Amino acid sequence: MIRSEILKEIAPILRDQLVACNIGIPSQELHAIDDQPTNFYMLGTMGLASSIGLGLALAQDKTVISIDGDGSVLTNLCTLPTIANNVADNYILMIIDNGSYGSTGDQPTYTGKKTSLAGMARAAGCENVVEVMDVDTGPALEKAIAERKMTVMVVKCDSGNAKMPVITMDPVVIKDRFMKAVSA
Amino acid sequence: MDIDKKITDDLVANDISFVTTVPCKQLAGVIEEIDNRDDIFHIPSNKEDEGMGLCAGAWMGGKRPAIIMQNTAIGVTINTLATLIQYYRMPLPMLISYRGELREPVACQVEMAVHTKALLAQLNIPTYHFHHQKDVEELDMILKYTFMCNKPVAILTDANFWGGYGDQ
Repeated sequence: MIRSEILKEIAPILRDQLVACNIGIPSQELHAIDDQPTNFYMLGTMGLASSIGLGLALAQDKTVISIDGDGSVLTNLCTLPTIANNVADNYILMIIDNGSYGSTGDQPTYTGKKTSLAGMARAAGCENVVEVMDVDTGPALEKAIAERKMTVMVVKCDSGNAKMPVITMDPVVIKDRFMKAVSA
Repeated sequence: MDIDKKITDDLVANDISFVTTVPCKQLAGVIEEIDNRDDIFHIPSNKEDEGMGLCAGAWMGGKRPAIIMQNTAIGVTINTLATLIQYYRMPLPMLISYRGELREPVACQVEMAVHTKALLAQLNIPTYHFHHQKDVEELDMILKYTFMCNKPVAILTDANFWGGYGDQ
């Protein structure tokens, strides 16, 4: 499976949750598949989906899912110790690990080689790290939501992108409707 | 006057309850004060752009955030300031240790100090420079201004403001 196929499959699960979605094609895919006011789309700032999600989870009680990528986590690796040491049980970091920089032309990342993000998350002190294969994402995500225990999910899948339009929604509109959904 | 306590009191009085910090020797006292306050959640960051991501999330979650960092961080966070904090129009008070100014003992700090105000000006970030202790009296107004206009606002605090750097 490629990321867009996973997102299509888990869209009904994501719909009821607060989602901070990674820059580039992941946000474009989620926006095209199932745009929701509970989705915060990153239009720039590679690497910060996990940090935004953690800040949001620490500030309020609703479940927050950060949809991140292997390349983006690699660019902000210092997020892992911060997550580990500031436990928010309403927080799920879901890393779609396709071993490539999808938005820039599928150049390989090091997670397709020797590097294990799950291993790095555990070494950072994250206590609940799960590795799942693409086809198992839905049940694993539902379990993580139900458990109400901070979870780092590393979802292994194939590299590749669906052709989706860019997001033209104004960033202030994205933020405004998201904040209303958060406080609703 | 206890500057560390005054700054922290102003943060609390302005309902700032989520503070992230990347340390600097000059900021050690205020970071300790913040860490000891029950009404502020203190989350140390490993890098300042990460900290701004945390602050953006906290803001959208209903908490007023602030970041405390060194001016070298301006070099680290320009992309984050432009494409996250400014693009989505979020307020962010930035209490910044202005290293490399008068009474600075470490020459390399001057290399970023000479760019600091120019970079902030290029980003159209409202910038205040605390040089004397009494300048802290404006902090309360600056914080109110920040959350009025929903912008990142820089408060540069130099060594003279902190009463000198170390043994200098």
